[in-house]
Amino acid sequence: MLFVAAALSLLAVCAFAQTPDLAKPVPILTGNVGTFSFVTAGQNLIDTQVNPVLLVPLGDRWMIESRAEFEGQFQRPLTGGPYQGPVTKHVDYAQLDYIANPYLTLTVGRFLTPFGIFNERLYPVWIRFLQPDPLILPISTVDSDGLMFRGGFPVGGRVNLNYAAYVSVASTGIDSVDSERHVGGRMGLFFPGPRLEVGGSWQRTLQDERKNAFGFHASWQPSKLPLSLRSEFARSYEGSGYWAEGAYRLSQVSFWHKAMRRADLVGRWQQFFVGEVGSDADAQLNLPAANTRQADFGVNYFLRDGLKGIVSYGRGFSSAGNYNQWSFGFAYRFLIPLGRVAGPPEAQ
Amino acid sequence: MRTHRPFIAALLLACLLAFVSVDFAGSTAAKKDASADPAVRANHADTMRIEGEKRFHANCGRCHAAPEKFPPRMMATVLRHMRVRATVTADDQKFILFYMTQ
Repeated sequence: MLFVAAALSLLAVCAFAQTPDLAKPVPILTGNVGTFSFVTAGQNLIDTQVNPVLLVPLGDRWMIESRAEFEGQFQRPLTGGPYQGPVTKHVDYAQLDYIANPYLTLTVGRFLTPFGIFNERLYPVWIRFLQPDPLILPISTVDSDGLMFRGGFPVGGRVNLNYAAYVSVASTGIDSVDSERHVGGRMGLFFPGPRLEVGGSWQRTLQDERKNAFGFHASWQPSKLPLSLRSEFARSYEGSGYWAEGAYRLSQVSFWHKAMRRADLVGRWQQFFVGEVGSDADAQLNLPAANTRQADFGVNYFLRDGLKGIVSYGRGFSSAGNYNQWSFGFAYRFLIPLGRVAGPPEAQ
Repeated sequence: MRTHRPFIAALLLACLLAFVSVDFAGSTAAKKDASADPAVRANHADTMRIEGEKRFHANCGRCHAAPEKFPPRMMATVLRHMRVRATVTADDQKFILFYMTQ
């Protein structure tokens, strides 16, 4: 009943909605392709993934968007022989958005859980600074199936407030569509002048242990330096930890400028602490099974728009054993219109 | 069921918010440049482009490097996606779209 009432209300609002100033959008198939080689503690893993994203705008205020993940992870068996491993598929999100007004967007369906910023905004391989996932990524980021309110709007001229409040009503355990029942929210303040964003997240599971989780995030891009810094902290029943990373574009280097302006030096420091759930359960959740610290350094080189080569080295310190982690690979972002588009914009 | 009542109340409040702010949304979207003077329009376009570039770097640079420009209809879709995904504000969406399609 509630959903029917909400849908009828939104349709009524839609009848009044117009955005004549914007160009008429066209459906798009976008996403990324990546292939990487991870050498962790001497064991090589070849990870190849395709993440298509379908964007279908409807009218002035509606949007259907969906992302799937097809990932193959291949390793050479310890006993020798050819590389082999599973190919997994997963629907990350399949959602219907309704932009009701400048303050509110409603989303129904499967959506990425807005806990922190990495899961929603930094996950794609063409965006992330370093290809290995942050250690705390699995905390409170299981997909949500339900309803979400979100939005961003200016407050007082110098700051934008953004928020998301959601409820996930379905709990499924099938590998390709797994989700859980939970409620939560995230709120952030973005200061466009200093390019600083800070925020916090909260989530409460509505099944099993019914535990709370919370987190904080921050990002900063100083306007006078080609530098980007960002960080997250999370605390939950499963564990707690943080990561902080930065990327410096070598565009201010005076020599080999044409090449240097395409290169990013990146680094990350992170820590994870096993939670009350215990190390065995953490391992099942793809969290480290022991307290872990890890430092990563790398270089991203943008060969052209949307195509970058990556190389990085990381060193992990864990009570279960220290390890080295090397990664190499390429990530490519594609964008294909699924309809007629106007001619290309004039060159600047 | 009892534990869901606060969320139902929140849903209804949000729907109410959607209704009461329709006037604001409509009036904002319907604003048009009434000036017929080409010089004024050009100046307005320059202002829009400068402001759009500033907002582009502030908003989009939070997550990723600057992409190349795409045709206007594709940029409109991408920016609607970013409006939802990155909670870009309505004004920022408008200015960035203008900048990215000039």
